[in-house]
Amino acid sequence: MEKNKKRLFGMVAALLLVLFLLLLGFWAANRAHENKRHQDTLERVKKTKMIHWGVKTDTKLFGLVNTKSGQSEGFDVDLAKALTKQIGKQLGLELTPSFTPVNASSKVQLLKNTNIDGVMAVMTITKERAKVVDFSNPYFPAGNALLVRKDSGVQSIKDLNDPSKTILIALGTTAADTVKKEAPKAKVLALQDYASAMQALKAGQGQAIVTDNAILYGLVAENPDYQVVGGIMGYAPYGIAFDHNQPGMVKQANQALESLEKDGTYNTLIKKWFSQVPGLDLSQLEVQS
Amino acid sequence: MTLFNHYSALFFSGFGYTILASLIALVASLILGTFFALLQLSKKRFLAMLGNAYVQFLRNVPLLIITLFFYLAVAKVIKMTGFVSGTVALSLYTSAFIAESVRAGILAIDHGQMEGALANGLSYGQAMSRVVLPQAFKVALPSLGNQLINLVKNSSILAFVGGLDLMYQGNLVAASSFDTFTSYLVVGLFYLVLTLPLSYVMQYLEEHLQESR
Repeated sequence: MEKNKKRLFGMVAALLLVLFLLLLGFWAANRAHENKRHQDTLERVKKTKMIHWGVKTDTKLFGLVNTKSGQSEGFDVDLAKALTKQIGKQLGLELTPSFTPVNASSKVQLLKNTNIDGVMAVMTITKERAKVVDFSNPYFPAGNALLVRKDSGVQSIKDLNDPSKTILIALGTTAADTVKKEAPKAKVLALQDYASAMQALKAGQGQAIVTDNAILYGLVAENPDYQVVGGIMGYAPYGIAFDHNQPGMVKQANQALESLEKDGTYNTLIKKWFSQVPGLDLSQLEVQS
Repeated sequence: MTLFNHYSALFFSGFGYTILASLIALVASLILGTFFALLQLSKKRFLAMLGNAYVQFLRNVPLLIITLFFYLAVAKVIKMTGFVSGTVALSLYTSAFIAESVRAGILAIDHGQMEGALANGLSYGQAMSRVVLPQAFKVALPSLGNQLINLVKNSSILAFVGGLDLMYQGNLVAASSFDTFTSYLVVGLFYLVLTLPLSYVMQYLEEHLQESR
């Protein structure tokens, strides 16, 4: 009898604890929800005199951590620095950029929680994403492409449209949709990031990686046994993402982007980062003025 | 709730893989763990060293590294998917901890039990499996329960190697719904659905077996 009572008590206590945790969770979610409603990104930037950017840490050419400095380096990071300066000029303030590492699944949440002000992390502009975040004008022309071993004999994604083939993608990228459209029969496996996908490809866990051409070129630069084949599947440019409903910040960013494109800063950065990629025609990327 | 309805197929398929991986790893690690506990206690110096090396090595390396070793290195020689490499790594890793628990259980049993069994004409193997081990498991039960619950939670390692488990699906849902918080909240609840009953079963066994002693 005594034992049964004890067991019942334990069960009730556990249930109560679960309920409590649930309530706590919903409360936190609510708070986060309210937070985002009341925060204006531009106001926050003006007040703190800083712009917090979310950047990649694992993407060569765009945002890759330099193991010596511990900081991300790449086109995204340099453009974010230039934009910070330019926006500062427009507002008549001295703004400093700061960088926070993000990955595919954390970037939107961090924006919503206002841990960061903008995401500059090889983020493709899509309709679904535009429902939850605000995008600037496109800042980089990109599109999905296919990376395979040189001796694999695969010429295009059609060669992989078979249930026995596995296509590797990085979590939270647009590649999943591309594969579904172009090779609906192939198996899709999502890895944590591009580096893991590359390792898995090398280990034979899949036959190809599908992701943006620009990122694949970065992988090829380090892995000469692999090549990009089949051309671009759909034009899908990158944009800078801000929290939803931030017209002020988006306007400043677009204006700054335009100035940087006009004064040649943009093309200088393109040259700095992409002239090292073999077989890439820089004029495709540069802005013609 | 809408998020759950929308992605319930993903969550449930992930839940299925998590249960499958946990069950396989549970059985495998119990068998392996007991085997290596016996090796560790062997009178033969070499065997004891072998058992000890196995336990110390697997227990002191992060699970993620063992998993990646199978997924990236071993898979080059023996074809295995993320699910298989994750489950194998999980079994080996947990077996090291279980070996320690079982060894402690055996050591806690009075020497007289073994001597008595041997004196009554049982072989060493019989004495171990019929007399000492059943008692040892009773003693080790609380810490075994700990290991099993850890095993279920550690199965989330499969997500790192595309193992299709609950955490993997949770990552996918988080990435495509942009609602990271709710996605992982649901994932957490699913794990609770697995681990809470497991805790109660262990508790029940503990009490039940105590009575029969």
